[in-house]
Order: sequence, then structure tokens, then C-alpha cells
Amino acid sequence: MRMLTFAQRCTKEILRDPINLGFGLGFPLALLLLLSAMQTNIPVDLFGIDTLTPGITVFGMSFMTLFTATLIAKDRESALLQRLYTTPLTGLEFILGYMLPILPIALAQTVICYLFAVPLGLTVSVNVVYAILGMIPVAIFYIALGLLCGSILGVKQVGGICGALLTNLSAWLSGVWFDLNLLGGTFSQIANALPFVHAVEMEKALCCGDFALAMSHILPILLYGVGIAVIAVFCFLTQMRKQ
Amino acid sequence: MVAIKMAGLTKKYKNLTAVDAIDLEIRQGELFSLLGVNGAGKTTTIKLLTCLTKPTNGDAFVGGYSITKEPNQVKQLIGVSPQETAVAPNLSVEENLTLICGIHGFSKETAKERIRELDRQFGLHAVLRKKAGELSGGWQRRVSIAMALISQPQILFLDEPTLGLDVMARHELWEAIQGLKGKTTIILTTHYMEEAQALSDRIGILKDGSLLAVGTVEELNRKAGTHDFETAFVSLVRGAGR
Repeated sequence: MRMLTFAQRCTKEILRDPINLGFGLGFPLALLLLLSAMQTNIPVDLFGIDTLTPGITVFGMSFMTLFTATLIAKDRESALLQRLYTTPLTGLEFILGYMLPILPIALAQTVICYLFAVPLGLTVSVNVVYAILGMIPVAIFYIALGLLCGSILGVKQVGGICGALLTNLSAWLSGVWFDLNLLGGTFSQIANALPFVHAVEMEKALCCGDFALAMSHILPILLYGVGIAVIAVFCFLTQMRKQ
Repeated sequence: MVAIKMAGLTKKYKNLTAVDAIDLEIRQGELFSLLGVNGAGKTTTIKLLTCLTKPTNGDAFVGGYSITKEPNQVKQLIGVSPQETAVAPNLSVEENLTLICGIHGFSKETAKERIRELDRQFGLHAVLRKKAGELSGGWQRRVSIAMALISQPQILFLDEPTLGLDVMARHELWEAIQGLKGKTTIILTTHYMEEAQALSDRIGILKDGSLLAVGTVEELNRKAGTHDFETAFVSLVRGAGR
């Protein structure tokens, strides 16, 4: 009950910030529209709507990291969190209260991206539903990354690291914008050692109904998700004790 | 009856002793002010008593519960208004108050009743639906104190409640605080002499983490051999430095 009250507050704080909504939802949709228009004029396989949409939905998740990290960093810098630390809320309730509200927002963003892609030519099938469900572990990874960044960085640092660096890294290393093999072995190896490309490939495979391929990509996402979540919880509780 | 008992309460940060072995008892229903210049240890003392930080040595008992061994029980008894305004800026005043009610496990009906009571007590009606982040500094402080009170705490901590407020807002807030006297034990930190004088039952003067003197305004004036409280404060603080 206490956790849900805190989670409701976090949801309101995020949804009432017009910049959050504009970037989180507007930017991925604008990219879908822009790249689809380019595809119409200069056909590139990578920007075909069935390939592009899963990539853009994963790219959109990097904004969930930004939302989570910004909210926590702002709270840490204000006296509100200090006030809440003097209430009966436990560390676990704080963590769940921050993380849980972002999950439905992330899924809503995914659904909107897929719906937006339908009039642009996306092949509609039941596989899209699987692709949306497949975003849950991806969203958990990105939200946990936000909890980690929000626990150790200040508001300005979050803006730079999550808002600029992570969104770019998440895009470049995911194979959404270009074929990773074009840049050679080392770049491709680095990208494959990180979860971004696996998230995109899993989504593409789910959209095509290739579940065996999707399963081969889910392990790195789960490992990164659990690993980052454990580190994030540790860092959050450490800063809570320091407070 | 004793509401707060500090026993050798000490907080050290590397080479700095922020709170130095304080022994003090605060009675139930009392408004006790911790007065001192910047860096005297007022806020650290509040942080210790509200379980935001752990003492290096000693202990304190809030409502009979140890801040080191029973912080969860302590947190059930207290309300805190931190030095900086502590409101959720994108939430309305009513939503801020509801948030604290929910965190303390109040039912919706109880929360509504408490909000009505605080609305009457603090005159919040005009701002209840407004976003807290859009209010003036004075109103935000008032809301911040209302948030600390909504859980009906036995003990209320007000850390520099009027810092940065204009004269009118300060006096309005004093009236609101005076309205609470006797019902709730209040520990207030301030570096304004007139604030401590106007509101307090007793005052504790802090310097460099040490409690120099405790008493009513009259007792402290007598101790310093003066009739003016500001002169008494300066005399006691300077005397300790010699």
C-alpha cells in the first residue's frame, strides 16, 4: 500500500513533465516517420518498416532510463527524499516505487510505436503482441540502468550521460542505424558483448515469429537486466544510508 | 514526561565533530529551540534524532525508542519539515498531503479528514489544487510543515522553518507554529534570536556541536547577566570561545 502510494506519485511526476512526454514518445515516433519517408525515396533494407519498428521501440527504451534516472536524481537533490527517508517507507518500497511505474509507461510507448507503424506498412500479426511482451525484460534492463544512474549521478550528469551518451550508445551499438558488420570485427564484438543489439535482434525475431532466434538473444538481456538491477539496488541503498 | 532523551549523542565526520556528546531531555508538549550560528550542529542533531544519520557515539531515545536500535518505531512517531522545502513539485498541495497520508497507511477517508483539518489550521484552501512547485516560498514552507503534521506525529521537527521568508510570511508561520504548542512536542532549529524568543518554551544554545546552555529566555538572560536575549546569546557563545 505504502509502495503503491509512492509509485503513484512517481507516475504523476513523470507524466506531468511535458519534456519527458515530448522526448519519450515524440522522438521515437518522429524517427519512425522520418526514416520511413527516407525508405520510400531511397529503399534501404535496414529501414524497412518491419525491421525499423522493433529497433525504434528498443531505442525508445533509452528514454525510460532517462526518466527513471532524472526522477531519482531530482529527488535526491531536493529535500523531498530526505523527508521520505524519515517515514516508515523501506528501501525496497522506494526501489519498487521508482521502478514499477515506468514499466507500464515503457509498454505503452512500445504499443504506441507499433500502432504508429501500422499505417506506415508494418505487417500486422499476432507476432506483434509477442514482440510487445518481449519488451518487458528489455524495459526492466533500461529501468534498472536508470535506477543505477539516478542513485550515483546528479541531475546535470544524468542529463549528459543518460540523455546524450546512453541514447547514442544504445542507438549505435544496436544495429538500428547501420549494419554492425560494416564497421568490422572489433566494433561488432563490442556491440555483441552489450545487450542493445540483442534486444533489437530479439524484437526483430519475435516480429517475424522466429522464436528460436529470439530465445538465443534473450539470455544476454536477462543477464544484463539482473546484473544491473543488483548493482542499482546496492547503489540506491548505499546512498540512502549515506543520506 | 520525557519525549526525547539524548545521552552522549555524538556525530563525527572525519576530523570534524558536528555534534559533541549532547545530554538533553525534552519534555512532552514542549517547544524546544536549538539556537546557534551556521555550522553549530543544529541540522546534524535533527538528522540524528530523525534517523537520517547514525551517531558515532551515544544514543537518543525518541518517544522511548532508541534511534540506533529502533529507527522504524521512531519513524512512526515523528514528522519532519527539512531545512529546504520538501514538496513534490508536480503534485498539487492536496496530492502532496495525500502522498504522506498513504505512506503512513491512512485510509482515503482518514486522509480526507486530515486534509480538511490542516486546511482549517493552515488556511490552505486557496492553494489545495495548485501545483506545489508553483507556490511562493512562504506557501511552500507552510505546505511542507502541513506535510510533516498530517500523520499526527507525537514529535515534530522543524529545521529552520522560516529561513529565507519575508517578515509577513515569517509571522504567519509563527502563528501557525504557536497554534501547535502544547499539543505536539516541537523541536525547532533556528539562527534567528527573535524566532527562538517568540516561540520557545526552552532554548538550547549550540556552538561547534556542543550544547553551551539550556533554559528559558529569562534563565539564559540571567545566566549571561543581561536583559536582552541577543546580547545574552552573543555573550554565552563568545564566553565559550574564550
